Amino acid sequence: MLDGNEAVAFALRLARVRVIATYPITPQSPIAEKLADYVADGSLPARYIRVESEHSALAAAIGAQLTGVRAATATSSVGLALMHEVLGVASGCRIPLVMPVVNRSLVSPWSLWCDHQDAMSVRDAGWLQFYAGDNQEVLDWSLMAYRVAEDPRVWLPAMVCLDGFFLSHAGAVVLVPDPEEVDAFLPPYRSRNLRLDPADPMFVNDLTPPAEFTEMRYQQQLAMENAPAVLDEAAGEFARLFGRCCHAVEGYALEDAEAVVVTMGSMSGTARYVVDEMRAGGRRVGAVQVRVFRPFPGAALRRLLAGRPAVGVVDRSAGMGAEGGPLWTEVRCALAGVPDAPVPAGFVAGLGGRDIPPATLEKVFDRLLAGEPANNVWIDVGENPLGLREVTL
Amino acid sequence: MSLAVKAQADGLVAHGVSTCAGCGLELAIRVVVNELGPQTVIVIPPGCAALFSGFGRETVLKIPGIQGNLGNTAAYAAGIRAGLEVQGREGITVLCFAGDGATVDIGLQSLSGALERGDRILYVCYDNEAYMNTGIQGSASTPAGAWTTTTPAGKSAGRKDMIRIAAAHGIPYVAAASVGYVPDLRRKIRAARDAAGPAYVHIHAPCPVGWRFDPSRTVDVARLAVQTRAWVLCEVVDGAAKLNMPVRKPRPVAEYLRWQGRFREMGEAETAAFGEAVEKAYRGLLTALGITD
Repeated sequence: MLDGNEAVAFALRLARVRVIATYPITPQSPIAEKLADYVADGSLPARYIRVESEHSALAAAIGAQLTGVRAATATSSVGLALMHEVLGVASGCRIPLVMPVVNRSLVSPWSLWCDHQDAMSVRDAGWLQFYAGDNQEVLDWSLMAYRVAEDPRVWLPAMVCLDGFFLSHAGAVVLVPDPEEVDAFLPPYRSRNLRLDPADPMFVNDLTPPAEFTEMRYQQQLAMENAPAVLDEAAGEFARLFGRCCHAVEGYALEDAEAVVVTMGSMSGTARYVVDEMRAGGRRVGAVQVRVFRPFPGAALRRLLAGRPAVGVVDRSAGMGAEGGPLWTEVRCALAGVPDAPVPAGFVAGLGGRDIPPATLEKVFDRLLAGEPANNVWIDVGENPLGLREVTL
Repeated sequence: MSLAVKAQADGLVAHGVSTCAGCGLELAIRVVVNELGPQTVIVIPPGCAALFSGFGRETVLKIPGIQGNLGNTAAYAAGIRAGLEVQGREGITVLCFAGDGATVDIGLQSLSGALERGDRILYVCYDNEAYMNTGIQGSASTPAGAWTTTTPAGKSAGRKDMIRIAAAHGIPYVAAASVGYVPDLRRKIRAARDAAGPAYVHIHAPCPVGWRFDPSRTVDVARLAVQTRAWVLCEVVDGAAKLNMPVRKPRPVAEYLRWQGRFREMGEAETAAFGEAVEKAYRGLLTALGITD
């Protein structure tokens, strides 16, 4: 039994990271603690930098990785927000860092608990983004992340997102591969692009004029476009070595499904449970789990969702001021113009640690099966929301 | 891609850098980098010193480096040091070269973290007493009374004393230097490089553009700062402090101020107040460091 944070720590140790720079934040702190334990007990020969902020954590990890070693950090919520400007250094300098993000909502109001707004607010930072559905996926996708990020066709940093508390602090059976098996999947790190070495001096990240900036960005875009094929190759190798599949999107009970919900993260298991329950009651429903958000697997989703009578997307973050949540926006865009694809309905649920129980997803299915159009429906909002902390003037 | 070397430099810093005429920082970086030699990795935040990072396909330095963010220079360096250490790579200096804004303002937290942890980095602050690269905005290092574009009536607050702040971390080496006294600066850079832990060197680097003086007078202005006690050359080695150039009979601060257009609006009363503030800061520094005059 491992909780999600332990699965992360195991994965980073299996990846043989050499420098760790972490700053504690709920619910990520156990990762920082476990990695410190591994360094202290000698099971992970690495240097541990007890940094004074997340902003410094990522900078230190970048500096270390530029000397030619795998470096690690991990964060959550406002810690990720504090890193924002440094995220662009990692992606723009094409440094294939892997960073676990234990998803937690952003202020305000303060919340310690899960939603996806932290990672969603940096979705265009040039990082690959993977969202785990359970603790096995946390471990598997951490290893996948290294493999894909470090591929010369990609060379982009990667976030491995896991739902705060629902995964980070909940124990589950996790199959942990032997270190030698992982070594076969992840060869020793070599910095083949940018590096800081007096034997081969180069200056990294200087000011770049308009005449070159677009092209530098375009290189990143092409790397994103290369990533799906690299992911597929890596998933094939992963399946051969470890016997488990790592698909960017995965359908469940889609055959003859009249209503399909699209989910990310820990609610995906709940969705499959609800599908089983509703199918037992004779209702034709299915589910799709999205594990890769960047690059967005539009083509794979079109294959799974075209021809479905009704599709609903459940976002665990609010697209404040947008037409819908960020996942819905992407799905809507992916399906636009596809002749037999439905207009997906958009739902927001599970903010700030609110559970997404089967009943919430049943409501989503009910609305889809009833053919009710739904646009940016906050499906689990309470009664009289404006009455909460109401101020009478 | 083949790289074109436009002009071979003497030393590790190329010629033809687009710093302003009379730039104090240019003198500082040439002295520091050449003194340290090729086994150096440099971290430079955005700012005037980023002119040495380069532009597009061109760079100025023959040592490896990264231009980081404005507020985390010391953290990049800490990571670089850790990466070198785990690979058993010794004999390399990890140098931070940051201005006063990136050091005393936005980068102070990151610097303090690295000093507290004992990371083996050499942090050099070139102090031109304002945000010069963005257009002469006031910083925590701008002296009271000085005009900047964000202190148009003269800065009301005094300056942070980074020597005391750095020394309070108990690191093995802290020094205040000046581009007006290059041999002293060279010696301090060598001492900082050889320190058994974090080292901090704060270099007073006058800026003709921001301070409004004749660019041929940079060294004169730097020396006047020392001779009036507006800048104090000192060092703290393993906790033991000393003045490197004791100024027994300071020249009147008016001699320092009158060279500089940024103090032009100061009258007699303000000049006297400036002198009192300089003396108070001087006494405060000596007391804090345990130096008997």
